[in-house]
Amino acid sequence: MATTYFTSDHEWLRVEGGIATVGITDYAQEQLGDLVFVELPEKGKKLAKGDTAVVVESVKAASDVYAPVDGEITEANGTLSSDPSLVNSAATGAGWLWKMKLADESQLAGLMDEAAYKAHIG
Amino acid sequence: MTGDDSKHLPLEDIHAAAGARFGAFAGWSMPLTYPAGVMKEHLHTREHAGLFDISHMKLFEISGPQAVALLNRACPLDAGALEVSQSKLTFFLNEAGGILDDLIVTRLGEERFMVVANAGNAVTDEKHLRELAADFDAKVEPLDRVFLAIQGPEAWAVLSRAGIETGSLLFMHGVEPRRNWFMSRSGYTGEDGFEIGLPEADARDLVTKLLEDERVLLIGLAARDSLRLEAGLCLHGQDITPEIDPAAAALMWAIPKDIRAAGAFIGADALRAAVERGPAQKRVGLKPEGRQPVRAGAALFDDDGNPAGHVTSGGFGPSAGHPVAMGYVAASLAKQGIRVFADVRGTKIPVDISSLPFTPHRYRKG
Repeated sequence: MATTYFTSDHEWLRVEGGIATVGITDYAQEQLGDLVFVELPEKGKKLAKGDTAVVVESVKAASDVYAPVDGEITEANGTLSSDPSLVNSAATGAGWLWKMKLADESQLAGLMDEAAYKAHIG
Repeated sequence: MTGDDSKHLPLEDIHAAAGARFGAFAGWSMPLTYPAGVMKEHLHTREHAGLFDISHMKLFEISGPQAVALLNRACPLDAGALEVSQSKLTFFLNEAGGILDDLIVTRLGEERFMVVANAGNAVTDEKHLRELAADFDAKVEPLDRVFLAIQGPEAWAVLSRAGIETGSLLFMHGVEPRRNWFMSRSGYTGEDGFEIGLPEADARDLVTKLLEDERVLLIGLAARDSLRLEAGLCLHGQDITPEIDPAAAALMWAIPKDIRAAGAFIGADALRAAVERGPAQKRVGLKPEGRQPVRAGAALFDDDGNPAGHVTSGGFGPSAGHPVAMGYVAASLAKQGIRVFADVRGTKIPVDISSLPFTPHRYRKG
């Protein structure tokens, strides 16, 4: 059974079997506007919490998406290379950004559940 | 919303009601996007009609027996050669020939001109003009107007339905169709379109009428920027600055030949010397390979990794369908088809020197 977590940087993580699928929230994609490019990470790249994992580019600006926890990239969403707008149209589904193997599952305890995130964005 | 010290558009309530997302620009709180989003707003303008509130820009009326002489001193312009209703792109230059601002000057009458200046320079422009005017029998009057742009192939038709006939007005001409109105066929998108300065009450009425027309969409500053960049038009403060002269900016076409040779405008000697020397760097269009945008500030390198210039504006061109940019490169590289490389977060992205505009201008010239 997957559990979904949220960060104050407007990312979501769906964790199952020690692997987190990570994306940005609908709120975040709305703030960014139409995306035209997603700079994806290499498989095998090790990230510490707070490192830039992905850069999403809108018509107007580039924005960093940070690793919400420590871990190693196991897969990037290659579909976004040809269709970055999936992040706008399906932020919490087909517009996921990357998957990572968690280095320390205890870090998840510091994240929000959906109710707490909804309260966070008001 | 931005901080309390920023200036607010007179029609801000209309933008807020339309769901605008606001941001700070040149000291103003401006609508950046509306719910349609920058991509749709951009494409809608190219296909139909976009309505922009550009009241952050400043209109000055210059009048008096020596209005022509004042303008000829302030700008590399032959103001006396303009026919009534004719508009011209020109500049305020500093003594070094650098561009203090770019302006549109329109002749309203024998002794009357309209000057449209950029928001970010409005205060310094007014000071500059007033100081110069002290030596001439001419008056400088900043106008309190709402300023709207209606841009796109259907701009004329939606204005017509709203009761404003644009008739025989051609590109880069401006008239005063009603009391305290100024309307020119011009814009910042590369499309046919109009810019109208008018009193607030009239503007509210006009905006309401225009928005009743399904061909009209409110357009924010984000799409205004992507539209002007595709059209190869400069943004002052980015693509042209007081450190850059019109020769380097590839804008000498805006200065009449006899004025280049013999005009007594501020910066004339420096500009003549710069033209004589030839600019070290030149403004060019830049087309990045692939889909990744290359943005302002990115450094450019030649084949051998030597510094070659920098990007001054960059983003994605929704109509072009690829990233678009402009910037400055060494004059020897300023040729269409030459490839340079932009540093984007440590990756070198191939960028081809490209002709401007990226999307063809569709002005109504006759």
